[in-house]
Amino acid sequence: MTWSEMQPLLSQACWDTLYMVGWSTVIAVVGGLPLGILLVLTDRGGLLQNVAANKVIGQIVNVARSLPFIILMVALMNFTRTITGTTIGREAAIVPLAIGAIPFFARLVETAVREVDGGLVEAVQSMGGNTWTVVRKVLVPESLPSLISSTTTTIVALIGYSAMAGTVGAGGLGDIAIRYGYQRFETQLMWITVAILAVVISLIQFAGDYAARSLHRRGGQSGAGPRLRLLKASTATSETV
Amino acid sequence: MITTSGLTKVYRSRGREVTALDGVDLHVREGEVYGVIGQSGAGKSSLIRCVNLLEKPTAGTVTVAGQDLTALAGRGPRAGRELRQARSRIGMVFQHFNLLSSRTVQDNIELPLEILGKSGKERSAKALELLDLVGLADKAKSYPAQLSGGQKQRVGIARALAGDPKVLLSDEATSALDPETTRSILQLLRDLNRQLGLTVLLITHEMDVVKNVCDSAALMRNGRIVESGTVSELLATPGSELASALFPVSGEAHSADRTVVDVTFHGEAATQPVISQLSRTYNIDISILGAAIDTVGGLQVGRMRIELPGRYEDNVVPIGFLREQGLQIDVLGQEPVLLKEGAK
Repeated sequence: MTWSEMQPLLSQACWDTLYMVGWSTVIAVVGGLPLGILLVLTDRGGLLQNVAANKVIGQIVNVARSLPFIILMVALMNFTRTITGTTIGREAAIVPLAIGAIPFFARLVETAVREVDGGLVEAVQSMGGNTWTVVRKVLVPESLPSLISSTTTTIVALIGYSAMAGTVGAGGLGDIAIRYGYQRFETQLMWITVAILAVVISLIQFAGDYAARSLHRRGGQSGAGPRLRLLKASTATSETV
Repeated sequence: MITTSGLTKVYRSRGREVTALDGVDLHVREGEVYGVIGQSGAGKSSLIRCVNLLEKPTAGTVTVAGQDLTALAGRGPRAGRELRQARSRIGMVFQHFNLLSSRTVQDNIELPLEILGKSGKERSAKALELLDLVGLADKAKSYPAQLSGGQKQRVGIARALAGDPKVLLSDEATSALDPETTRSILQLLRDLNRQLGLTVLLITHEMDVVKNVCDSAALMRNGRIVESGTVSELLATPGSELASALFPVSGEAHSADRTVVDVTFHGEAATQPVISQLSRTYNIDISILGAAIDTVGGLQVGRMRIELPGRYEDNVVPIGFLREQGLQIDVLGQEPVLLKEGAK
């Protein structure tokens, strides 16, 4: 294959990958952020303590995370058809990608939000803030550097998943590497795809790390505060008799 | 200003019950600095958290500025609107400052005003005014991570004052600070108390804090208040643990034929040179074994342990003289004073 043959293939593939990963990241963040926060809030000792709801959400997240992506894609075919009208192509791939990434991102959000010092939550409560204020003014802004790192991790994972989206004809770089590089022995093309993927992932990781670090540097470490007390200080680790 | 009655808090976790507060009756008068002292686990933190209902009491009532907060609490674990409004009128300062690391100093102070729904202009004007009040006017744009512990606590205090509260709760505000900084923060609290007529309820495990700023104090142990009162009332109470902790004196008699006497000064008597009067009047040599004297609320108060030559029987007259001067006298190794007098 000559470069002039490869070039349109590759640029189309790059665009497909970015399109799928971009949209599914947006959906994963929009869906996973509230879910992750809800996991923290409903937990024992949380502001919206609801152990039953917490268990249910936790289980759904676990099951969704344990499905291999290719199985999830097949299992969701009917759902995908109802949403996009088709099971083939880029749009059809976005649905399982996003659904696979939501629980992934939600767990990362949960970990990040749990790191927030419970004393800050208490402080906002003492000012008369409600749960929504706590989420908006404390939990999200204080865990923002971690949330950005989590988003980076999610994007990188999605690029990996998207290679499998080729099986539903969605294209993308991974698909090129498999169909041309592996199945048609176009070794050169395969290495070029791998190189492109490596560069793209490095760039995303670099940008994400940079953003997280600059936020962190601004705020610095929050210092002496005990970090493990999250939400414990308020009403509830121990119920009132 | 703050009254709790029969305040009880029981924690239950995994079937075990822990009583943190066991019927606490506390009364903090308007405009005073009230210190609650006790060891860790005594229930101080639960008490101060029950005052603004960050912890919901199991039983009993809390009244702040005439408003029964326990009645506003509702049944669920979440705070309703009325309770949240009441909380916004009570400032709170924390041991670990609890400043948001993602916000500048000024934005931290504006946070309570955002919650109150004030406009941007009002917020920044108030924040700058408060920064000036706590002596950090030049730090508005700094982040908490760039400040020292004492400066962080000043920001914490400014933030607590943003909603113009009448009551300030201080949860071990100086416990994470070095002695020098502790003094300056206590001075600030004292000044605010005087300038703004702020009522301050503070909890601490450091006796020095009580000694430096408090008008009244209470000693807590095992979820109960063991002693309470104004500092001079406590001093006047024979055998008061707080008084002896506030003004510790020590020293043993040099030999068996000497009498050791603890003299407690408070109020008017403290201004008289009684020891030298005693020495001159009865021509006896007095040795001072130990003394702890301080100025609390403008009055000299304190205790002194002195040694008189001769046994107790030989010193009945000089001791009587001291009592006549309005001093409180405890003779070591004797029956408690009040009982003895009662027997006569």
